[in-house]
Amino acid sequence: MTTRVRVGEEDFDCAAEVAAISKGRRDLGAIVTFTGLCRDEGGRLAALELEHYPGMAEEEIARVVAQARERWPLEAVTVIHRSGKIAPGAQIVLVVTASSHRAAAFAGADFLMDYLKTSAPFWKKEHPINGPATAWVAAKDDDDRAMERWRK
Amino acid sequence: MKAVYFAWVRERVGKADEEISPPANVRDVAGLIAWLSARGEEYAHAFENPRVIRVAIDRAHVKHEAAISGAREIAFFPPMTGG
Repeated sequence: MTTRVRVGEEDFDCAAEVAAISKGRRDLGAIVTFTGLCRDEGGRLAALELEHYPGMAEEEIARVVAQARERWPLEAVTVIHRSGKIAPGAQIVLVVTASSHRAAAFAGADFLMDYLKTSAPFWKKEHPINGPATAWVAAKDDDDRAMERWRK
Repeated sequence: MKAVYFAWVRERVGKADEEISPPANVRDVAGLIAWLSARGEEYAHAFENPRVIRVAIDRAHVKHEAAISGAREIAFFPPMTGG
């Protein structure tokens, strides 16, 4: 069982992360990847700025991964979350889950994303194309509801 | 103990972190928020709606009822919007 968590400004390569997990393995039956991108919000957005709590961000993601592992037989998990200024079209977050069977890999990745959105200490600020006024993105009730569905 | 602020809480308070020494009768997170709110206009603004403020003690999420004794670092921030 391997877990890789990375937080920082650096971009990531989904294919390379998948290869790092699958290399030399003959037991894996499924690898699921989720890549979150920065939307331009209908052409309105110049960039998103992601602030995070250094130290806690990594620790909280690791706690969420541990919870996922208690629920599903995951052989490997990689979570990469970027910080700093991100342009529309660029990558923000990557979740990779590997398991013997697809159900666990899908469910694990879905669970990880729902929990990351509501418990990992990151905050998005929008930089609009028109004007210098920036605005913090408000948390969505939908995200809280998405997380609620995992409660036993 | 060290107080740290993030996102709009940081912007409203006007600093990212500071050393604070709350009096002994401030025992839990809710009490600490009330004590901070009384420190000035910028704090009152940051903590005007305490219910939306999320708190972490030594880098782990806690509820507002949590005791603050022994805490080295207490973080205050809005609901998270990562992912």
